[in-house]
Amino acid sequence: MNLSRALSRRSIEWIKFFIHSLSLSWAAVVFYQAATDQLGGDPVEALLHFTGISAFNLLLLCLSVSPLAKWLRASPLMQLRRLLGLYAFTFACLHLLSFVMFELQLEWQLLMTEIIKRPYITVGFSAWVILLLLAATSTKAMQRRLGKQWQKLHNWVYLAGPLIALHYIWSVKSDIFQPVVYIGLLAILLFCRKDKFIKTTYCVNEKRG
Amino acid sequence: MLIKRQRYPSIKEHQVTDEAVYQQRRQILKQLGFMGAGALLAPHQSLALNLFGDDKPKFKTHPLSYSKQENHGETLTPFNKVSGHNNFYEFGTDKADPKANAQAFDIDPWLLRVDGQVEKPFSLSLEALYKVAPLEERIYRLRCVEAWSMVIPWIGFPLKALLEKAQPLNGAKYVAFETLYDPKQMPGQASVFRGGGIDYPYVEGLRIDEAVHPLTLLAVGLYGNSLPPQNGAPIRLVVPWKYGFKSIKSIVRIRLTDKQPPTTWNLLAPNEYGFFANVNPKVDHPRWSQARERRITTGGLFTNNRIDTLPFNGYNEVASLYRGMDLRRFY
Repeated sequence: MNLSRALSRRSIEWIKFFIHSLSLSWAAVVFYQAATDQLGGDPVEALLHFTGISAFNLLLLCLSVSPLAKWLRASPLMQLRRLLGLYAFTFACLHLLSFVMFELQLEWQLLMTEIIKRPYITVGFSAWVILLLLAATSTKAMQRRLGKQWQKLHNWVYLAGPLIALHYIWSVKSDIFQPVVYIGLLAILLFCRKDKFIKTTYCVNEKRG
Repeated sequence: MLIKRQRYPSIKEHQVTDEAVYQQRRQILKQLGFMGAGALLAPHQSLALNLFGDDKPKFKTHPLSYSKQENHGETLTPFNKVSGHNNFYEFGTDKADPKANAQAFDIDPWLLRVDGQVEKPFSLSLEALYKVAPLEERIYRLRCVEAWSMVIPWIGFPLKALLEKAQPLNGAKYVAFETLYDPKQMPGQASVFRGGGIDYPYVEGLRIDEAVHPLTLLAVGLYGNSLPPQNGAPIRLVVPWKYGFKSIKSIVRIRLTDKQPPTTWNLLAPNEYGFFANVNPKVDHPRWSQARERRITTGGLFTNNRIDTLPFNGYNEVASLYRGMDLRRFY
């Protein structure tokens, strides 16, 4: 059976609809619970964890699209990549926003010193900046304008992933089990791309899209 | 033959059954549908319990008699947050884990040993824990090293009262505390994945002058009742001017020593957690600032609850214990 043919335009649209509704409704429910004090003893901590881990989950999903498409020979799946990446960025923004608004409660000066002084925050913030650049250049128009440089820029996601993993394992006190599982998953997804990293100089010549 | 003692306080059997049926009443009615409420009679009870019953055991606390303390204007952290947001890695590392995993915790029989450099070592049974000294309420601020805080009405007695019964020898310079080690009851001790990589049993320590300070409390209850398991039943330490991790839970041994005893978090990360661990807004934890804290009371995200952290958590009367010490070095 050819999966490419089975994955009609319509079914891709349904998957996209599913991604949209799940991400948005889940975020809405959790924010509502946090705002109305129904999210455990400390809604701020719970919200920070939820938004952070969701961003990481979505990034891992995004990174698994191309190995999966290759393995299943289902190229239409590639159309999901940008959407998943943008939602990873959205949740990263909600994570940063929650930290600034609810943890630091708009103490901007403290935000600056925390970004500089605390390595795990420096690393997390750097990852967010990378995701910001990728999101800002994610449109077709930007893709066209940047030409060969576009792929080069978007390869930075392979740095953002490890930075996020480092941010995560650095932020926990001693319970490193879950972060280690995430690092393992990320390592597998990066290993799938080992040929790409070896031929990195040719990356710019790869077909775009 | 194994004789299982009933948990304290004993519960009459008819109460248990009644409550279980009571809690399941809507579900049972739904399941029985057209057969109507008449079918609720005896033969169906066991069926209802097996199929739809919430068979999770519920830890029973009991009311204590104690002298009340007047609250001087600080908003208390509500009971459901005090008992639902806990760092007690023996029952899991997530803040909600201890409440979820500790309800089957069996504290009867309990034995607290007091020994080491003392004239008269002794042990206390569960019932005896409540009779060491008259119980009093103490409304204390609790400042966690993670930069959040609560205000909790503990019930207990000064640690000093217990130590005096043992008559410490002249050589006793420190007090070492130890939490119960029981991997069968504490999933965090049974699995390295669930216990946060801590080497159990959890141990803590105080200098003797800190231990006999009138503020230092052995708590056996909070909010009028004996301690819930997630808060360290049946007996725990409360040292209000130190970060929360010093206030060790579910204590089975108190030992007086001549040397500074090892303490769990200090062993795990000596550059992050010192032996003294006094609340100090001027000395940051490597990963977070200690200058301010979020006070957890009621209200959701938009509650403006960031306040300045005070030296010694506002308990200035202990400052004299540390006169002449460099508190940046002895953090």
